[in-house]
Amino acid sequence: MKSLDVDIAVIGAGSAGLGAAIEAKKQGMDVLILERNDELGGITLQCIHNGFGLKIFKEELTGPEYIQRFIDEVKELKIPYKLDTMVIEITEDKEIYAVNKKEGLLKIKAKAIILAMGCREKTRGAINIPGFRPAGVYTAGQAQRFVNIEGYLPGKTYVILGSGDIGMIMARRLTWLGCEVKAVVEIKSYVSGLIRNQVQCLEDYNIPLILNHTITKIHGKDRVEGITISSVDQNWDQIVGSDEYIECDSILLSVGLLPENELTTKAGAELSTNGGPVVDNYLETTIDGIFACGNVLQVHDLVDNVSAEAKRAGENAAIYIKERSNKEQIKKDLIKIVPGINVGYVKPDYVNFSNLENLLHFHLRVKEPDRDVIIVIKEVNKIVYQRVRSFVIPSEMIEIRTKFKSEVISPNCRELKIEVLPVSLLEVIDEVE
Amino acid sequence: MDYDVIIIGGGVTGCCIARTLSRYDLKICLLEKEADIASGTTKGNSGVVHAGYAADRKYKKREFCIRGNKLFDQAYKELNFPFKRIGTLVVALEERQIKDLVYKRNYGTEDGVPGLEIIIDKNRIKQIEPQLTDKAIAVLHAPSGGIISPYEFTFALAENANMNGVEFFREHEVIGINKIVAGFEVKTKPRKFTSRIVINAAGLYSAEISRMAGADTFEIYPRRGEYILFDKNSIHLNKVLFPMPTRLSKGILVSPTIHGHVFIGPNADNILDIEDVSTTIRGLKEILSGGLKLVPNLPLNAAIRNFAGLRAVSNTMDFIIEATEMVGFVNAAGILSPGLTAIFAIAEEVVRILVEDLGEELKEKENYNSYRPKPEHLSDFTKMKLNQKIKENPAWGRIICRCETIPEAEIVNAIHSPVGATTVDGIKFRCRAGMGRCQGGFCKPRVMEILSRELNIPYKEVTKRGKGSHYLINNVLCIELTEDKKESEGVSEK
Repeated sequence: MKSLDVDIAVIGAGSAGLGAAIEAKKQGMDVLILERNDELGGITLQCIHNGFGLKIFKEELTGPEYIQRFIDEVKELKIPYKLDTMVIEITEDKEIYAVNKKEGLLKIKAKAIILAMGCREKTRGAINIPGFRPAGVYTAGQAQRFVNIEGYLPGKTYVILGSGDIGMIMARRLTWLGCEVKAVVEIKSYVSGLIRNQVQCLEDYNIPLILNHTITKIHGKDRVEGITISSVDQNWDQIVGSDEYIECDSILLSVGLLPENELTTKAGAELSTNGGPVVDNYLETTIDGIFACGNVLQVHDLVDNVSAEAKRAGENAAIYIKERSNKEQIKKDLIKIVPGINVGYVKPDYVNFSNLENLLHFHLRVKEPDRDVIIVIKEVNKIVYQRVRSFVIPSEMIEIRTKFKSEVISPNCRELKIEVLPVSLLEVIDEVE
Repeated sequence: MDYDVIIIGGGVTGCCIARTLSRYDLKICLLEKEADIASGTTKGNSGVVHAGYAADRKYKKREFCIRGNKLFDQAYKELNFPFKRIGTLVVALEERQIKDLVYKRNYGTEDGVPGLEIIIDKNRIKQIEPQLTDKAIAVLHAPSGGIISPYEFTFALAENANMNGVEFFREHEVIGINKIVAGFEVKTKPRKFTSRIVINAAGLYSAEISRMAGADTFEIYPRRGEYILFDKNSIHLNKVLFPMPTRLSKGILVSPTIHGHVFIGPNADNILDIEDVSTTIRGLKEILSGGLKLVPNLPLNAAIRNFAGLRAVSNTMDFIIEATEMVGFVNAAGILSPGLTAIFAIAEEVVRILVEDLGEELKEKENYNSYRPKPEHLSDFTKMKLNQKIKENPAWGRIICRCETIPEAEIVNAIHSPVGATTVDGIKFRCRAGMGRCQGGFCKPRVMEILSRELNIPYKEVTKRGKGSHYLINNVLCIELTEDKKESEGVSEK
């Protein structure tokens, strides 16, 4: 068995992995990228629409254009990578076992590991759509691959279940190809993806968005022939008698993404409720020296944000190796970051007390859309941070960047709670106090 | 005559009969209407090898089940299919149900079911199955009950039958059977076959096949059962858990699969359409509520698939294994639960019928080989073995299915094994690529590539499960624009 030693092994060569590898290399680290696909770039390669790069490069690029800049930089920096290489196991001691055709089984001993495996799409089974099980049911990303990479059309007439971003982007893409997208059906009362996609992909092409509805039967034994949709009540239960049949030969599912953390779990790292690993403000998991960034940590809505997070992970992994890897750990002063009212999840899950005065990045998503809210961070009942927002929606990740002055947070603080409250409610609280 | 024996139906019944008869000096073929064997009832059932205490004594299925269960040990040694005797529990939630457990234990033991035991000690129950509800007051433990992968079992039977000379014709739907001198002419869409003996193992279609042959003696009614499958590692069960049975079925069970998933189901829904394998909102709710009664901690967020199968219920409520008045036409029909368990006993009965009722003098072949080697799976390899396998054949180092860690080599082997895979589902059921949590989200295009390459068919003609179930309609560049569109937009075709 071939063995290798590296400073940092990066698992995954999508936007997260490449970004992290580049930063780690710039910090002087000996880096190795492991990618299971046969090329660098990850899912961004199949995202041929525009809208990438506005934050990072201040210009609008397509997915392949965006990621190519990172690929070029990896090559310029001569960062070694292995393609068609699947990691099958990570141990707690940061030993990686991977396989590929040329080298067989590889054992890679790393001082630090950056997890950047991305996410996968929820399937029909995960949301338990009833009916027949014919060909013609695709996840939106799978259809995107068939169309944009393989060059094949899955069908001619489509219904898209779920209004996630890839689903809406595929609705437009398929319309351009001469296909008919009969509807985008969304179980919630609001769209799941970005508002800009709702406008640019659905409204601009007169594709109907049917809210508060779901698919209650898939028809067709061998190939999809149609679907029944029904309206749902607040509990997402079908309202009897509301059925409507729509003829179509294909169904795309855009019903959510899940961080892909099988390897993370195998390594023994804890996961939090969003499906990503529990991390501290260094993006370090509960396993010493294993870091995570990008969609494996939390599903982002903009690739630019993935790149920014990846850069931090690369930098932190390098700092870890330079400063902490050989020392006894002294991370006992963790403050837990707890999602409170109308917060679905927040990353990081912990902040080191000693880092409170450094610039901290918090990312969170709300559970429900709301208007005129105030985002607060509280130590017990004391508000230590607040910011007003006119509109929040689950599809748009909220970023908070802040430093805390040492006198603001008490030395024995163990928990900070983040809440998104209606401004009116806050006024009431103020009065009581 | 083309053949001595034609078997109609490539489910577990047909394949087991084929394999059993392949021991003898007979020329045999098997006709299957679908693109693959194990496509009907065989694929959509619980995969439980029952101990044999359950069926009423008045039915022959009881005796066949008990005998069949015992025959699995030898078959397992010979055929290497996924099978484990993990034991089953029937769970009583109410005092009055204990009486029924006692009845099952006493009669079961009397009829030769080994090791039946009623356990009422709550601590012991918890120890045997920690996931079982605290409301369980007694369980009937049957250590000889087990779990099996019904389709992989069927592939093993078919492969071994094929190794011993049985010819398999898939996509050969039987559309007519004529009595000819000393035999039958069986018509399928592609061609005609003749044989001295026809064995009807057509499952849901067996009544129709029987009528075609003029041996109209029974009816088959479809009874649908729906299932939900949960992701690996989301919950672990030690035992197959049954509630107290209902009049229609053994009830909604919660069981581990041989590959480490957990499933719940089936309900029992008498339906009219013999092809209606759709799942329903009502049915899925029913099995969820049934499953939660036994295991309150079901990982509801970790569901990866729902599916339904149809049981072929005969009007006799029992197996129909008999010679008919059409001499040479034998029925092996109405094989519902515990048919999978009873399958070797059913095949034995067919042999008896051939010898005793039809006067066949069955002579064993000299070169019969009962052994079917175990398909190689990466998951069974040590790290050193894997490294060595990749050196020998690099395709072991290219992982296609990420969720189940299935390399290209396993997929190629599934295609080139006897009676091998020709479809994406065929790959999935043989080597599990696409069976995991992403349900083929990532690997399907690659599996299609491999099928296209190995079978030398165009990429877009690769199907899910045969004719009509294509995934792709066209090349993006060749999209068919309507004539007027072409003209008005001046599009030139590439």
